[in-house]
Amino acid sequence: MNRLARALSSIGVIAGVVALWWAIVVWTQSAIFPTPWQVVTGTLELAEDGTLWEHIGASLMRVGIGFGIAVLLAIPLGLWMGRVRGAFVTLNPIFQILRPISPIAWIPIAILWFGVGNASPIYLIFIASVFPMIVQTTAGVHTIEKRYLRAAENFGVPRDKLFRKVIFPAALPDIIVGMRIGLGVAWLVVVAAEMIALRSGLGYMIIDSRNAGNRYDLVIAGMIIIGLIGLGLDGIMRLLESMKNVRWRYVH
Amino acid sequence: MSTDAPEVAMSIASPMTAKIRIDKVVKGFPTQKGRLDVISGLDFEVRDGEFVAIVGPSGCGKTTLMNIIAGFLAPDAGNVLVDGKPRLEPDRNGVLITQQGSVFPWLTVKQNLLFGLPDEMPNREALADEYADLVGLEGFENNYPHELSGGMLKRAEIARALVVKPQILYMDEPFSALDALMSLRMQNELLRILAKEKHTVMLITHDVEEAIHLADRILVLSPRPARIQASFDVSLPHPRRVSSPEAQALRVSILRELGVELAV
Repeated sequence: MNRLARALSSIGVIAGVVALWWAIVVWTQSAIFPTPWQVVTGTLELAEDGTLWEHIGASLMRVGIGFGIAVLLAIPLGLWMGRVRGAFVTLNPIFQILRPISPIAWIPIAILWFGVGNASPIYLIFIASVFPMIVQTTAGVHTIEKRYLRAAENFGVPRDKLFRKVIFPAALPDIIVGMRIGLGVAWLVVVAAEMIALRSGLGYMIIDSRNAGNRYDLVIAGMIIIGLIGLGLDGIMRLLESMKNVRWRYVH
Repeated sequence: MSTDAPEVAMSIASPMTAKIRIDKVVKGFPTQKGRLDVISGLDFEVRDGEFVAIVGPSGCGKTTLMNIIAGFLAPDAGNVLVDGKPRLEPDRNGVLITQQGSVFPWLTVKQNLLFGLPDEMPNREALADEYADLVGLEGFENNYPHELSGGMLKRAEIARALVVKPQILYMDEPFSALDALMSLRMQNELLRILAKEKHTVMLITHDVEEAIHLADRILVLSPRPARIQASFDVSLPHPRRVSSPEAQALRVSILRELGVELAV
């Protein structure tokens, strides 16, 4: 009952925003800004000729590769920095300086290094998502309660087992938080990156729709699709949080 | 068969074979006001198979002492000898059980029990099941710790300690976080398990009745810096009734050492 009420209220808000949008467009008699219905028909048009799926696929592919490389690098590096004090002291300052630099600021350098192909946005996604994951993984290791490390020490298990059975699973909830943040940032960045210099992807679709004949219905369609896919990606990451061996962090 | 045979065996074994020997242990910590002596020159022995309880006022350094004995903390001076050899770091021969508990919340009960057993050990699964049964956790092997009650969590911790077949159990206020009834129940459980597998046990507690219920000998520590203020042998046969006149007299004496006068 409570769930239903909550779902209804959020659907209500969305319906309200759409209704307001529609009313304002009609009231101002805007020639450029589309009505919600025009956005729907524009989207269907793109879906039918297949370009929509190509753009979505291109964006997801770039995020998949950039984020994937970032995960593969950030998790081992974060675990290492979490365990080895010297690694943390040496590497943390440079990461703390690089982390606040907006990925957008990297665009000129990305183009210089990687040209205008796929490699540039993949690099930008990587650079955007790798730092939050390193920081979060390291924090996850640092916050492992001492009593657990002591218990592990007491049983004198080999190092690889210590990592498999204690360090990694203890840090896993934080690693997942880092991945959620990282994927969220990656999705933000891919759209921005695609707006610069590519011929595919949702970011390109938005810029191209505006440039090629002020198709603002498709601009808004692109925005809404980006929002929905972002929501879906976050939902996938939240599924990770419901895994049985990380539930312990969210109970009590 | 003579029923007093075990007692004879124990008295023969007593003075010669110290399982654990605390030899002039000193420990202090630096503070803003200078060095704080927590333990200054502590000496005592624990015999093989003996159950020794240590009681003392809070803040007297009991936990520090236990951490030193179990090998987690190095003394500033002096030695801890186990089987005559200096103990420098913790090992699986002596497992520490603490008040907060340290059952890994990300592993199931079964996985926790398997943790201390080498991966290549052939019968490790069966052994884990056996010890889960021993502590009364059959049917809960695949549960995660957050799905268990406080008492069951303690059982899991005891089973995880026992499954690696340690010779010594170090227990630092093991049942203090449980409610009074569960604490009593766990004390009885512990006695039942120890009757099956003879371990040397060192128990730190602030609960004098718990010490009388469980221990063969009770050491009373002084306030900081800790030294042994008194030692009581508890010769009452198990199962003990803490309400018996002998036990109550002992309790009064121990509490008097701790500075608490009780009207008898």
